[in-house]
Amino acid sequence: MITFILRRAGSLILLLAAVSFITFTLFQLGPSDPAAAACGQECTPERVAEARVALGMDQPFLIQYADYMRGLFSPRMIGAPGAQSICEWPCLGKSFQTNENVADIIGRSLPYTLSMAVGALVLWTVSGVGLGLLAALRKGSAADKVIVGAASVGVSLPIPVTGLFLLLLFVNQLHLLPFTTNEINSPFGPHGPWAWVTNYLLPWIALAVLFSASYIRVTRANMIETFGEDFIRTARAKGLAPRTVTFKHGVRAGITPVVTMLGMDIGLLLGGAVLTEQIFSVPGLGFTAVHAAISGDLPVTMAITMLAAFFVIVANVVVDLAYAAIDPRVRLQ
Amino acid sequence: MTPERKAAAPAEARSLLATAWLRIRRSKIALLSLCVVVAIMLFAILAPVLSAMSGNDPFTSNTSPEVLDDFQTPGLPLPGYMYPSAQHWLGVEPGLGRDLFARLAHGGQISLTIALLSTLVSVVLGTVLGAAAGYFGGKTDAIISRIMDLFLAFPHLLLVLSLTPILQSRLRDTPLGEGSFLPMASLVIILGFFGWAYLARIVRGQVLSLREREFVEAARSFGASHMSVLFRQIIPNVMGVVLVYATMLIPTNISAEAALSFLGVGVKDPTPSWGQMLNAAQSGNWYLSDPWFLAVPGVMLIITVLAFNLLGDAVRDALDPKASRH
Repeated sequence: MITFILRRAGSLILLLAAVSFITFTLFQLGPSDPAAAACGQECTPERVAEARVALGMDQPFLIQYADYMRGLFSPRMIGAPGAQSICEWPCLGKSFQTNENVADIIGRSLPYTLSMAVGALVLWTVSGVGLGLLAALRKGSAADKVIVGAASVGVSLPIPVTGLFLLLLFVNQLHLLPFTTNEINSPFGPHGPWAWVTNYLLPWIALAVLFSASYIRVTRANMIETFGEDFIRTARAKGLAPRTVTFKHGVRAGITPVVTMLGMDIGLLLGGAVLTEQIFSVPGLGFTAVHAAISGDLPVTMAITMLAAFFVIVANVVVDLAYAAIDPRVRLQ
Repeated sequence: MTPERKAAAPAEARSLLATAWLRIRRSKIALLSLCVVVAIMLFAILAPVLSAMSGNDPFTSNTSPEVLDDFQTPGLPLPGYMYPSAQHWLGVEPGLGRDLFARLAHGGQISLTIALLSTLVSVVLGTVLGAAAGYFGGKTDAIISRIMDLFLAFPHLLLVLSLTPILQSRLRDTPLGEGSFLPMASLVIILGFFGWAYLARIVRGQVLSLREREFVEAARSFGASHMSVLFRQIIPNVMGVVLVYATMLIPTNISAEAALSFLGVGVKDPTPSWGQMLNAAQSGNWYLSDPWFLAVPGVMLIITVLAFNLLGDAVRDALDPKASRH
């Protein structure tokens, strides 16, 4: 197990390094002129040249990358010689728009993204796995057909349409819920947990509809396969209660692919729910990324993309390790 | 290659589609979704004809006080222009008074073109790279597989969202960067280039087992080159899987175009697309004044994505019963 963990950790570090390098390359070499983006609307050729020096873009590319990565481990100086300012650790560069440390922007956005992710996760896991299991147990019944049909429709609902529809119905027409406010970003804040729930309920539903549809499909397919296996027949034959067979034997064996999916989706969601955050004006990572992308604020979009990819990769490794802990065969591969 | 061998390739392709068609014909839902897909394609292809029949075009605005309110809710279409009528089949847009039907049809043309072309780019890249990785093995496989892992590590929407404006700034001074062509070209390139990795992984898995088969060995012993074996023997044999994933990629790309244009980085006003129409409904909160402006592009988008998804399920059941869909 220890060699397995070490091996995975080694490949994790390599992959993170590769992802950071590729992101840096895409965002640094991609734009026709990042210095022009940094210097904004009213720009003279002299000011572009100044901005280029201030951004360190007169340096060779690999040095620029090394400088950027150094900021992850210690504070560094940013700006043109003579006009340098300190960029506190962890330094991910400074925003072109506000000159704020990008790490601070990310730190401010993260609680909102976490609030979105936690509630949506609970909603879609409970509804997705529950309905999928129900459909598998009653395979071929009317309930199964309704659930499968709903899942087919669910995966086809684009978030902009469902999100705007939910806002229109519950906030604008029925006045059941308040419009989301950015004063609340944790259940432990001064407004208390109930305000947190009502504030995030609609975004959670918008996200959960899409996700739970695919969880229904995967849970149902896997449970049907598991229920058809010999060990389930054996368990039934030796006279175990149906409930014990279903939950202790069936679900335990058939749920692993769902756990994999869950791990990956958590990683994905921590990088920001771009569309949902934008629709409900929740200033999380996704919302911040959209606005930075539109205004050409490269350091911010680059840092968020990198961070989101890190989350996905780390989630992958955590899932692998959890698998290896449960199933010893995995370690040998 | 002998003439017989050349003749065999189209027969193979036909039999693949024929198998799919035979199975699809038996399922009511599959048949219905196929009809809807064909109808939507025709709607998009015939957009100029249809809007000419209605006597409108997607760009002419009409802000006269007879059409748009300039008193209570400035910009909101007056009752006679809000909803379907003989003159404006789906009413007019708030703010600018452009014909909604013409915008929906032309927007569909643009949304579907982007989705189909980007799918084509992904499918070509994914098939060739996946087949090459599986067939050549060794270093080629190691390199391509690592690149696939890297592509799959990035959150798709976030990456595509942040790179689209960057690509647009690059394309602006090229022949691709003219007017309404720029957002289309950039979305096709970005969605196509970041969508191939998953298909490549599937194709690679298939090819790993195919390359050990006797017909590959036979072709090699006849003196066929590796390239010839790859393109004439291996790739035609994975077309079933490729077709399945291509059908599933189309609705994903339709949603992606809608998402990006909705967020304001894809197709932009005055060029219509379904995502741009959603963006227009949200901006200025017009959809709160009347849900109709959300319903027109929204329902069209849902029907299209649903029909393609159901068709994708049917094609998968017909050609690749083992694959599971997530």
